[in-house]
Amino acid sequence: MTHLVHTPTELPPDRPMAPEDTGPAISPLRPGDDPGKIAVASQWTLIWRKFLSNRVAVFAGIVVLAFYLIAMLAEFLAPTSPSLARPQFTYAPPQSIGFFVPDPDGGRSWQPHVKGYTMSVDPASLRRTFTIDDTAIIPIGFFVEGPAYRMWGLLDANMRLMGPLDASQPMNLLGTDALGRDLLSRLIYGTRISMSIGLIGVLSSLVIGVVLGALSGYFGGWTDLVIQRIIEVISAMPTIPLWLGLAAAVPVAWSPVTVYFMVTLIVSLLAWTGLAREVRGRFLALRHEDFVTAAILDGSSRARVIFRHILPSLTSHILAVVTLAIPTMIVAETALSFLGVGLKAPVVSWGVLLQDAQNIRAVSTAPWLLIWPSGAVVLAVLAFNFLGDGMRDAADPYET
Amino acid sequence: MWLYTLKRILLMIPTMFGISLISFFIIQLPPGDYLTSLLASMADSGQTLDPVEIARLRATYGLDDPMIVQYFKWISGIVFRGDFGYSFEWGRPVSELIWERMGSTLAISIAALVFVWAVSLPIGIYSAVHRHSVGDHVATFFGFLGLAIPNFILALTLMYVSYRYFGQSVGGLFSPEYVGADWSWGRVWDLMKHLWIPIIVIGTSGTAALIRILRANLTDELSKPYVTTARAKGLSEFNVIMRYPVRIALNPFVSAIGWVLPNLISGVTITAIVLNLPTAGPLLLRALVSQDMYLAGSFILLMGVLTLIGMLISDLLLAVLDPRIRFT
Repeated sequence: MTHLVHTPTELPPDRPMAPEDTGPAISPLRPGDDPGKIAVASQWTLIWRKFLSNRVAVFAGIVVLAFYLIAMLAEFLAPTSPSLARPQFTYAPPQSIGFFVPDPDGGRSWQPHVKGYTMSVDPASLRRTFTIDDTAIIPIGFFVEGPAYRMWGLLDANMRLMGPLDASQPMNLLGTDALGRDLLSRLIYGTRISMSIGLIGVLSSLVIGVVLGALSGYFGGWTDLVIQRIIEVISAMPTIPLWLGLAAAVPVAWSPVTVYFMVTLIVSLLAWTGLAREVRGRFLALRHEDFVTAAILDGSSRARVIFRHILPSLTSHILAVVTLAIPTMIVAETALSFLGVGLKAPVVSWGVLLQDAQNIRAVSTAPWLLIWPSGAVVLAVLAFNFLGDGMRDAADPYET
Repeated sequence: MWLYTLKRILLMIPTMFGISLISFFIIQLPPGDYLTSLLASMADSGQTLDPVEIARLRATYGLDDPMIVQYFKWISGIVFRGDFGYSFEWGRPVSELIWERMGSTLAISIAALVFVWAVSLPIGIYSAVHRHSVGDHVATFFGFLGLAIPNFILALTLMYVSYRYFGQSVGGLFSPEYVGADWSWGRVWDLMKHLWIPIIVIGTSGTAALIRILRANLTDELSKPYVTTARAKGLSEFNVIMRYPVRIALNPFVSAIGWVLPNLISGVTITAIVLNLPTAGPLLLRALVSQDMYLAGSFILLMGVLTLIGMLISDLLLAVLDPRIRFT
């Protein structure tokens, strides 16, 4: 569909160009923009421009992309395998990267490295504690050979972005857990699971939400009444107890992949209502627009009117709502896995990682087990929220 | 008004029916039933149960009836006799187990709701009146953060912080020495010392949401001509803001009961599991894990009903408070 944009294409040459002077209608017009170009710009161009003018949203978008990039390249980015246990380094604290080492002759030379550990045993509790030993230098490098992996389950490889030059030496930039597994590697692999659950979950609730919302809004009457009641029932239920109830029914014996898809399905089963409401509202508003009437008079079938004529004009709104729904999914998965009814080890997700932080004693010994996974969750949720807000604002570029 | 109330209550019936269906669905969801899992765990420990006894138990609990019959038995027991079924794990009727837990769930939810109101009202007004001031930006920042941090992570963090820096034992509602004690000022104080963490944890996201709504509503109101009129006739700034615009912008506070309550109950559930509070949450999780399904289903049903009642109250209050809402 095309929208008419009332923009004066000819301005008196002596008038300064300011957005207020260019008349009503469009906000993406920035000083210096050619109003003539704006007048013929497509809707998506306008949306894109409006989105770009929101710096926070653009930054949030970059963060989200970075998360997905990490998720895609997990094998390469993680220094080691997420399940590689090193019992000799339990609860080892995070190391920091240094770039210069002192030479014997007093100078400093370039050598990326991390500091090693010294272990001490508490005689009373027999608990081992690790402290950073400033004198032990473990050289590290980029693009080193690490534990072997299959990239995306297809390619055998062993190149890691960074790692210790001597693979037997420890490098734990974020510390280790109770079994001496590297938290950074686990966090990176967990990103893949947690972020993809958000994405797949939102796709399935998108299908449910759009179909039911469209039916409800287009047909009205009884269809609308029934679907609205269903939505009302589902949104009246407190989500966590319901999620718990559904997730607890997943048999323990199922394979991790099946459990993964079941959890995704469960998470999306309650999240489509907001989407359906949004779509219904837009349908109600658009149902009597001229272009819909025109399509009907042209003899288009109902399905064609819904999917070919009305839905495309909602795409930007749907995208925004979808983006805002993803964080709910991520949090739901994290919460379920944290409580032990969602994903379970050996699968690594942010929620599974947080399970290790359930015990206050474990957290006080190794606060990094709480800090980093929850930091990842909060950062992802914040980024999606800001991105979604920006997209919602940009979805209707004709509003100011 | 009475007609509206009646209509509103009648409209609740199909929703309640839906909620009961969902709860029953969850009860039936796990493969097998309680008896099969009981038999499995008995077989693990080398015990067996007499087949006659098994058949007797199956008949008693109607485990072989068709779904519809089972649902009807279950729901009519609840509606007519207050009988929520039998908790196999505890060996007691569900109704003996749930009321105390639901009571504390409701109490903590209401306390959290009061917290949400008490905190978001002043901050929301301040943010709207001093838009784009430093305080407003700080409030907005914390608002976004509050919306972004999941309840259980906030609970874990506060638990860690208070354990690490205040040396306080957290979790539960009382310190060990007060658990079984009679009510005294010491006990109340002890309760307060434990209650602040769950209340902050549960209330934060609702507070953040309500501040945003109040700020937006009040900003709209403040630019209306009647505010200018009030100012022009010489009312003090405090009166100008508090007398009319705030009163109108307060509507979402009442309607908030409707949509904040499900969130709060959700939040109480997971927070209580993390902090080990004696509310419905930990018992629900335990029941679900051990497939004690009548107990679990009753909790889910009651939580749904509770939020419905909350929504009813908020709708009725709104109709009383705001004459612009039509009784249709």
